[in-house]
Amino acid sequence: MAKKWNMVIDVAECTNCNLCTLATMDEYIDNDWGSYAAPMPKHGHRWIDILQKERGSVPFVDIAYVPTMCNHCADAPCVKAATNGEIAQREDGIVLIDPEKSRGRKDLVESCPYGHIWWNEDLQIPQAWPFEAHLIDQGWSKTRGAQACPTAAMQTVYADDDEMRRTAEAEGLEVLNPEHGTRPRVWYRNLWRYSTAFIGGSVSAEANGLVDCVEGAKVTLSKDGAVQAEATTDIYGDFKFDRLPENSGAYAVTIAADGHSEKSVEVDLSESVYLGEIRL
Amino acid sequence: MTKNKEMRGKIMQFQIILFGLDKMLRFTAMRYPAFRERLAERNFTAQIMAKDEEVGRTFTFSRGGISSRAGLHGTPDITLAFKDAKLAAKLLRPPINWLDQINAQKDFKISVDGPEDLTNWFAQTIMMAQSIRWKWGTTTADGVTRTVNMTNGGPVFVDVKDDKIIRMLPIDFDDKDPQPWTIKARGMEFTPPRRTTLAPHGQNAKSIVYSPDRLLYPMKRVDFDPDGERNIQNRGKSGYERISWDEALDIVANEIKRAKKKHGPGAMAVSHGSHHTWGNIGYYLSALYRFRNAVGHTSVHHNPDSWEGWYWGAVHHWGHSLRVGQSETYGTVEDCLQNCDMIVFWSADPETTSGSYGAQEGTIRRQWLKNKDLGIDVVHVDPYFNQSAQFLPGKWFAPKPTTSVAMAMAIAYVWIQEGLYDKSYVETHTVGFDVWKAYLTGEEDGIPKTPEWQEAETGVPARDVRALAREWGKKRVYLAPGGWGNGHGGACRNQTGIQWARVMVCLVAMQGLGKPGVNMGNLQWGCPIDFNFYFPGYADGGMSGDLEGTALPVELYQRMPQLPTMNTPNQKIPRIGMPEAILDGKAEGYPWVGKSIEIQFAKFGYPAPGHAKVSMLYKYGGSILGTMNNTNRWVKMYQSENLEFVVNQSIWREGEAKFADIVLPACTNFERPDISEWAGLGGYGHHGQQQLNHRVIVFQAPAIKPLGESKSDYWIFNELSKRMGLANYFSEGMNEIDWVKRMFDASDMPEKISWKEFIRKGYYVVPAEKEKLRAPVSFRWFWEGRRKDVPEPHPLPSDYSEEYLKGLQTQSGKLEFECSSLKRFVDPERPPIVKYEPSWEGPHSGEQYEKFPLQMLTPHSRYSFHTQGDGKDSFLLNIADHRVNVDGWYYWVIRMNAEDAKARGIEKNDLVKVHNDRGAVICAALPTQRLPRGVCHGFESSAMYEPMGEPGKSVDRGGCLNLLTPERTQTKSTHSLAGANALVEIVKWDGNIDYISQAYATAVTAAAE
Repeated sequence: MAKKWNMVIDVAECTNCNLCTLATMDEYIDNDWGSYAAPMPKHGHRWIDILQKERGSVPFVDIAYVPTMCNHCADAPCVKAATNGEIAQREDGIVLIDPEKSRGRKDLVESCPYGHIWWNEDLQIPQAWPFEAHLIDQGWSKTRGAQACPTAAMQTVYADDDEMRRTAEAEGLEVLNPEHGTRPRVWYRNLWRYSTAFIGGSVSAEANGLVDCVEGAKVTLSKDGAVQAEATTDIYGDFKFDRLPENSGAYAVTIAADGHSEKSVEVDLSESVYLGEIRL
Repeated sequence: MTKNKEMRGKIMQFQIILFGLDKMLRFTAMRYPAFRERLAERNFTAQIMAKDEEVGRTFTFSRGGISSRAGLHGTPDITLAFKDAKLAAKLLRPPINWLDQINAQKDFKISVDGPEDLTNWFAQTIMMAQSIRWKWGTTTADGVTRTVNMTNGGPVFVDVKDDKIIRMLPIDFDDKDPQPWTIKARGMEFTPPRRTTLAPHGQNAKSIVYSPDRLLYPMKRVDFDPDGERNIQNRGKSGYERISWDEALDIVANEIKRAKKKHGPGAMAVSHGSHHTWGNIGYYLSALYRFRNAVGHTSVHHNPDSWEGWYWGAVHHWGHSLRVGQSETYGTVEDCLQNCDMIVFWSADPETTSGSYGAQEGTIRRQWLKNKDLGIDVVHVDPYFNQSAQFLPGKWFAPKPTTSVAMAMAIAYVWIQEGLYDKSYVETHTVGFDVWKAYLTGEEDGIPKTPEWQEAETGVPARDVRALAREWGKKRVYLAPGGWGNGHGGACRNQTGIQWARVMVCLVAMQGLGKPGVNMGNLQWGCPIDFNFYFPGYADGGMSGDLEGTALPVELYQRMPQLPTMNTPNQKIPRIGMPEAILDGKAEGYPWVGKSIEIQFAKFGYPAPGHAKVSMLYKYGGSILGTMNNTNRWVKMYQSENLEFVVNQSIWREGEAKFADIVLPACTNFERPDISEWAGLGGYGHHGQQQLNHRVIVFQAPAIKPLGESKSDYWIFNELSKRMGLANYFSEGMNEIDWVKRMFDASDMPEKISWKEFIRKGYYVVPAEKEKLRAPVSFRWFWEGRRKDVPEPHPLPSDYSEEYLKGLQTQSGKLEFECSSLKRFVDPERPPIVKYEPSWEGPHSGEQYEKFPLQMLTPHSRYSFHTQGDGKDSFLLNIADHRVNVDGWYYWVIRMNAEDAKARGIEKNDLVKVHNDRGAVICAALPTQRLPRGVCHGFESSAMYEPMGEPGKSVDRGGCLNLLTPERTQTKSTHSLAGANALVEIVKWDGNIDYISQAYATAVTAAAE
């Protein structure tokens, strides 16, 4: 089985520094790579586009960044839509849009369910991130974004599909919107930080006229009477139940601590929620 | 040998060398077309002679050809004369000994006669005969040439084809580059990857080289006539027309002479930004300083803008004046990984500020903290849930801006109440604790500084502060104030910055600074690199010859002997009060000089007695409007009749460059040669390379020819110098690249790599230090009561009270809770112990707070570096967290608490008017949960200043938030910026562009009321 180019991105290590997007702009803006890629417009295109999500509320928040790009799908709908060979997948998995053949084919933009084909108004061509195929063909083993990434959150992987599938299973890698059924070759680690929700809170209690954080309280998360998860509060009395599906409805959070009566809070979870201070 | 014989021998040597020179020049012309072109520039005769023996040789340059003959010419155009043949033979014989050269000049043994243009051309041509042979870069089969350069955000490979930069990228080391260091800690090993990283503004560099805002030709304001109507009132409003270099240079040179003759010494002020494009020769502390000293000037004296609280405050507790009051940093990466349990990031966001010049190097190390086996917890104290908090999960404390001083005091209070500090250390290593303790417990003023007390100020729950204090008191903790983790940036720049930096030192003093695992730092500084390999940093003064204003005398001056330069006018303007100096004719300030603690108390005034008032401004770049405070004051200043002439030497048409009479277009560092070390700061940033995982020294090859008619700063200064008879003094007869080679030779580099190989490969990686030779941990010596043993040359010997290298720089030699220096210098706003005094621009500001109820944070920017990289139609505009495109204009982003936004009917990307009495800026709104209520956040240092109508009388849509920040200094008796925080209101913008700023309506607001 032939090896294919894949990208593995760790959401937990992305800081939104944008070095990948800048390196990509550096490579394509004002440079013409012939049949690989026509120049990228200076503004308006985001061949690499970093999504972000803030979860929670002050002062209990986290933020995740997800760089997205052409997925170089194994079953690329754009290739199917390009009936005259305007878009083709190479042996190594890289999907390329031919700048000449695709001229005027604005309709191809719509063929990508990820919204990662961009219309170049000046040149009248559809464009997408071409995986630096022109550099790969010169022997490069990393894309510009991966080469510039300071935390190695973005890594270029050359592997056959079986090997890649095994890695994905072993390491819990996911693709964006698997329901599109296009078999993307851009994989994500820790995508839950973007796609799921948490319930958090801070437990406190009053003693001798002072309110203090309660460390070591047992916190139980249950749904429909069934226990889903348990946590223990830290020195700040904080607890956090994470990786819950967004919009997953009613939960009960029950807090038990020595010397205090049990306390329960009902939560209707849509997006991540910080319950604030819970005084025992 | 008889004397005569010896003399004849020397004469013969001299004549042979001159004969050789003739051959060398001709051979070079034959071989190198560029040199032939050079020779065609001038027609003249030059004579090189020995005065005593009256022997020499005459060279004739005619129509591109060169000929020479032995003997003297009766009436040469120029003469280079040595006192005698012996000296001439010695000085002319390669390799050049610069010390001998300089000494001969100082001793008047060499003279140069003839027009400055010709003598300078002749000298530089001879030098060029050597440098024209140098080949730099490597070329691939497809015609791509790869050279190396250095940005403010890290080193880059530069790939060029057909004189066009096609890409820039960080460096992956090759097989021949050395292996990095490894730190062993808690059974694990930590080794950085073998590559360099870039800050976002570094990766952005190609787009600013090819920016449509590049100044490509010398320009004159259309309604400026140096011999007639100057129309000063139209600065910032009128357009420009292209003029020739000769015309531009003549006007500027004439104006310099005119200012001096008409008004007297010091009539020309020189003002530059805090930074420049990277490179040790072309840097402002190098070429500019040499030029400005040579012509004489009033300096615009900088405040320590990223270190305010440390320099004016912390220094009194522990010294470190030559580190601008910041902490020692050696060995802290290893100690932290091995011994520390918790890092407290306090107003510290290294992931945003990249250590200024440190690219993402520290990020790689902080990533190790995510390894749970290390067991190092982190907490973040910052009103903004900053990027480091995003990257390194930990408890977030969000005090209101300017109030975290109170939070720190409450922590100390809990430690006192619960016995959670190192009592024996406080007993033996500190003085004055009881006095501070009496303040904290309320014994002094009746107010115990409890966690509940601080909650009213900070908004941080008392219970959280108590929990943090208890945890801290039980653990070995690194306190990381500011982005560097040892100061720098953050809360030291706001109204309570002095208090904040002071209380930070007090906290580490209570916990036993210097014990294993107890120190300052956040893994940004303190890598185990080789500190003994010498390569100068930018503050070491380069070719400046400036022994007073740079760190040149420390080491570089001896290694790279050069003609010294001295500014004769003893007059300076405090930068923060510059508009008042021009508009009102007076200003007062306090000096930023690092040699002692007390020198900051020596007030200076403008004008200096008997000096001329400033009538001309030589401005270098255009950053001030974006970086100083209440900057509509500068707009007004530029339109003052008191400023008869303004020249701006700038790369881009932005900021203040739009207020000049004449604009001189400078090129970028990618279009001229230079040499430098990554994060090699020198001076106050001694050993700044310890932010990096690898020391990397770079030959900054000119990648492309200067765009348009832009020229290097060096060339511009040299041409101006010619018009004042100073070119040979300025250049020492050398070209820019000769200085680059001279600096290479002055460093330790020649011991490791040949010049030829260095410029071919473009970079040199200094091998990591051997494990057994690594620098000791900072303050360990202090804790253990030993002599100071870290490799920094300060304090200066006379600043030790007891014995050299024993103790700190303070009078007691100990950490002083009660500062001796502040007992000697009485400043009611800086009492000997640090006390909490709420900000004069915050929730306690009464009417002002009612009118403008949002505290706006303006920290150092993330994607741009001050004004560098922003605007200019650069790639950065495409980053939504930097600027947002609304209807075709790229607006600056203002972040605000989501509920505050909702209450004002503001949604994401709405155009809003951020305003107060000082001005109004149109921004794109970003509602967020990263800020508590009542707080908003926009980075300082927009490069764009874009008034929508008349400057000063309309709203700005460039994003220049420093139009809104207070210029008042933190305390009256300091020259300290306080404007990293301001009170504002934000409303949805109604499209009205009129807005009269306070500075513009009234005359001038006092700088320090």
